[in-house]
Order: sequence, then structure tokens, then C-alpha cells
Amino acid sequence: MQNAEPQFRRVARFVSPADRGFAAVVYAGSILFALLIVGLFVELVLGSWPSIVKFGPAFIFNSSWDPITSKFGALPMIFGTVMTSLIAIVLAAFIGIMAAVFLADFAPRWLGQPLSFLIELLAAVPSVVYGLWGLFVLAPFMRTTIGPALQHVLGWTPLFSGPIVGVGLLTAGIILALMIIPTVTAISRDVIAAIPRDLREASMALGSTKWETAIRVVLPAARVGIFGACVLALGRALGETIAVTMVIGNRPEISASLFAPSYTLASVIANEFTEATTSIYISALIELGLILFLVSIVVNALARLMIWSVRGSERV
Amino acid sequence: MAQSASKHRNLARRRIVGWLGVSVALACAAIGAICLLIILGYVIVQGAGAVNRDFLTQLPHPVGVPGGGVGNGILGTFIILGIATAMAVPIGLLTAIYLSLFGRGPIPEGLRFLSDVLSGVPSIAIGLFAYAVLVAPLKHFSAFSASFAFMMLMLPLLVRTSEQAIRSVPQTVREGALALGMSNFRATVRIVLPTAMPAIITALLLAIARVIGETAPLLFTAFGSQFWEMNPNKPMAVLALQVFTYAITPYANWQQQAWGGALLLIGAVFVLSLGARLMLRRAMRGLEA
Repeated sequence: MQNAEPQFRRVARFVSPADRGFAAVVYAGSILFALLIVGLFVELVLGSWPSIVKFGPAFIFNSSWDPITSKFGALPMIFGTVMTSLIAIVLAAFIGIMAAVFLADFAPRWLGQPLSFLIELLAAVPSVVYGLWGLFVLAPFMRTTIGPALQHVLGWTPLFSGPIVGVGLLTAGIILALMIIPTVTAISRDVIAAIPRDLREASMALGSTKWETAIRVVLPAARVGIFGACVLALGRALGETIAVTMVIGNRPEISASLFAPSYTLASVIANEFTEATTSIYISALIELGLILFLVSIVVNALARLMIWSVRGSERV
Repeated sequence: MAQSASKHRNLARRRIVGWLGVSVALACAAIGAICLLIILGYVIVQGAGAVNRDFLTQLPHPVGVPGGGVGNGILGTFIILGIATAMAVPIGLLTAIYLSLFGRGPIPEGLRFLSDVLSGVPSIAIGLFAYAVLVAPLKHFSAFSASFAFMMLMLPLLVRTSEQAIRSVPQTVREGALALGMSNFRATVRIVLPTAMPAIITALLLAIARVIGETAPLLFTAFGSQFWEMNPNKPMAVLALQVFTYAITPYANWQQQAWGGALLLIGAVFVLSLGARLMLRRAMRGLEA
């Protein structure tokens, strides 16, 4: 380690009084930053402590969410969060990876650049705008067109049966997919572009077509980074709040149908936090936030480690 | 002969598969771009009808009274963003300087990891943190608590991008300053930071773009207000929050205003993103020269 970057060690030696003061300020700023992150965790644990003590681990497996009798269980929200995120990641992984393959290996410059630009802008659209669009455009379209069509073909499975309200798991999943496609695409494209040229040339020299090279040689070589991109995107989907709140229907029920209204961890906090009256109610909501926080940390740490292993920690 | 013919057919089949595959890949790339254009189209068409002078400068009207605007929300957005930036920039820059100076080792690596983890924490959880630290103890909602949440959301991006910006200043520049007798402090503040400044401003613009449309943490920090509120210690109206509350009401007038607010938000985010891109291009040119 020390041999790798001796110049930092040498330059960073602080001797004069001004330098010592400077170093102290720099240290203080960094320590404050670290404290903020640690404080975030500590506060969430403290806030949810009454609920943790009262409900214990059963909180996670209990499926009733009833503020009136102060019975709180997170299962319906965990179900809704997992289902919407799964729908989103399945759609976004396929579309995003295919788009990345096209942009990295096949797109001519005049087409690749504007497409990349537009897809990156998709990441800049605020969450509340996705929600607005989802609520007034996508949800009615789901109810009148997409939903009935899916039910016509796949209605015999429980997943696509039942009444179509417009808002619900599937609509939320589609909106989430749109929101995370840019993440999958941008990182996968960079990872694919970083695969050495020799590998492609070797594959082509052995008689593969360009497409076979891209799918059978380049994609497997880039799989760790691409998987990392998908996990990172999954983390975004799990914690996304406002857009989902607007299109999921907000009902704490577990239903087999993807058309049914549901609830997610994030959206129940968004909807009920300011209306929560009892302290145990508030505490239960904070515990939902704590669950969300822990899950997102695990997912993100995993994703970062995978992407770091391909690209190095300093360039993420 | 027969063998060669089947080989020929095989190759033709593989070419067709390849052609189909590329078409699917192109379609996938196009889906993202087309969805963006559709969303933009809706926001522009629906929003343009709502945006006028009153919309930008007036207070919201009560239900049923036509007209009114989101002037206080726009003002609130500026105030909350301003305070958040004023807090995030010093902490972010100091941490970035620390990371760039002390590069490797378990502590900087750990800090980098924490920062990356923070960037993945859902904004609603950060809102709960701001609530626990600044709203619950004081027993009232405040704009300042929203600024605090925004600061937390801006920091990871600011830290990592500024670190890269400072690192990308050639080591020889710093060594030149030190060789001329400058202290490390002066070399960093007078030579390295100014060189890295365009890239740092890029990072700041992107960080602001990230939080300007953020709504979730505002629900229980800024909370919203019907008045011209300038006191950061009081609940305050914010544009993104107004878009959300108007969108989920059943009143057509308010829904129309939600589209107008969405147009403003999307416009602001795009201007910031484009500004960041231009800034970055300048930064690259500056470093090459």
C-alpha cells in the first residue's frame, strides 16, 4: 500500500503551524461527515426502540397493520416492496443490459451519443414527476389497455387475475423500472466498454459473428460489473418513495394479483408519518425506516464491492 | 457438397440471429429514450397551460377559488437549497481534501465506503433522521430540518466527485507550489482548489439537481405552508411538495397546477444538468491545458 502511492505520504506531511491548523480543520470536517452517517443509524435505532421492544422479531412476520388497536406488523409492506422491486429489476435488467450492449458495441456515434444522453436524462427526472405521470397517464392506460390485454392472455394465472384498478403493484413496478433503467444502462455500458479489445478480436478471429461475440464473450466477461449495476439499481428501487406512493394504491394487504393495490415500506412512512398520533405508531413507522435502511445498506455494500472489484474504488 | 451447403445455411441462420439480436438491443435502447420524450411531452403540454405570471408569483388559493400560484414554494425551495448548500459545501470539501491527501489506508477507504453507502440510503430514511434530530426535540416542523436532510443527500455526491476533482490536479502542480516554499495549506487553498474548481462546481450543480425535486424527506421536515414564510425555523412551502400534494387531490384546478410545478422542476433539473455538463467540459479543457 505505502509503495503504491509514496507521493501522498510525502506531500501530506504537515509541519508548519498553519499546516497543523489546516490538518485539524480537514480532520474535523471528515469526522463530522463520518459522525453524521453513524448518527443516522443510531437515531433510527433509538427512534424505533419502543417498537422493537414491544413487537420483537414478530414485527417482520406479522401481517396486520392496524393503527387503531396499535397492532403493527411489517409483512404487507415488505411484500409490496419486494414485489415492486422485483418487477422493476426484471424489466430494467433486460432492457438496461440490452441497451448497454447496443450502446457499447453496436451504436454508431451519431446514434449512440443522443441515445445515451436521453437515457441519462431519464435519471434526472424528479421522482414526484414520475409519480404525477404514473398517476395521470400510466395508471389509466394500465386500466383500459395494458391490464385487460395481459389478463386476456395470462388471466389464468393468479398473478394476472382479479379486478384491474389501474394503480397497484404492476404499475408501481413499471414506473420503478423506468427510474432505474438509466442506472443499469450507464454502469453496464461503462463496464462493457472496459472489456479489452483483444477478447473481442480473438472471438471474431475464431469466426463468431459480432452479435455472438457481444453476447457469449463480452457479456460473460463483464458479468460481475453488470450484476453490480443491477444490484445497485435494485437498491434504488427498494427505497424509492414518492413515485411509488402515488401509484401503488396504498393498501396494506397481501394479494397474489399484480393488479391489486399494495403498500411499500417507504410509502407507508410517507403517507402516515405526519398523521401518526401515538408514540408507538411513530416508533413502528421509524422501525419500517430502519428495516429499509439496513436492507439498502446491505444491497448497496454488495453492489459497490462488485463494481469496485471491476473498476477500482476511486472511479465509481 | 451437402456439408458445405448446410454450413452455409448455418452461417446464414447465425447472421439472422445476430441481426435480430441487434434489433432487440436497439429497441431496448430506444425504449428508454422514447419514454423520456413521452414524459417530457406530457409535462410540457399539460404544464405549459398552468405556468403564467400569477402561477410564479402568487400564493396558493383555497380549494374552489381559481387562480393562485406556487410563489411561496419557489421561494421556499431557494431558501432550503441555499441553507443546505451552505452546510454541505464546507463539510463535503473538507472530507474530499482529506480523502485526496491521505488517499489510501483503512480509514480513508472506510470513509469512502461510508460515503457510498450513504448515497444509497433512501431519502425517506434520511428524512426520518432529520425529523428525529431537529423536529421531534423542538416539537415543530421547520425549513431548517429540510435543509439538514438535503445536506445529507448532497454530501456523498459532493465528497466523491470533489475528491476526484482534487486528485485529477497533477501532483507536479502541488509539488511545484511546495518547492516554491508554500505550506501545504496555502498550496491546497491557493493552487490545487482553484485548479479543481470547475469540476467541484460541476459536482455541486449535480448535487443540487439531485435534491431539487426530492419530496419524500420534506413531508415531515419542511411540511409545507400556505404563506410567504421566510423564517427557516418555521414550516415552509416547497415546490416539489406542492406538486405532490396537488397531484393527489381530486380537484382539476390543483392537478393542473401540479403539472405546472412539474414543468418548473424538470426545467430546473435539466438546466442544472446541462450546466454541469458544460462546466465539466471546461474543467477537462482546463486540466489538459
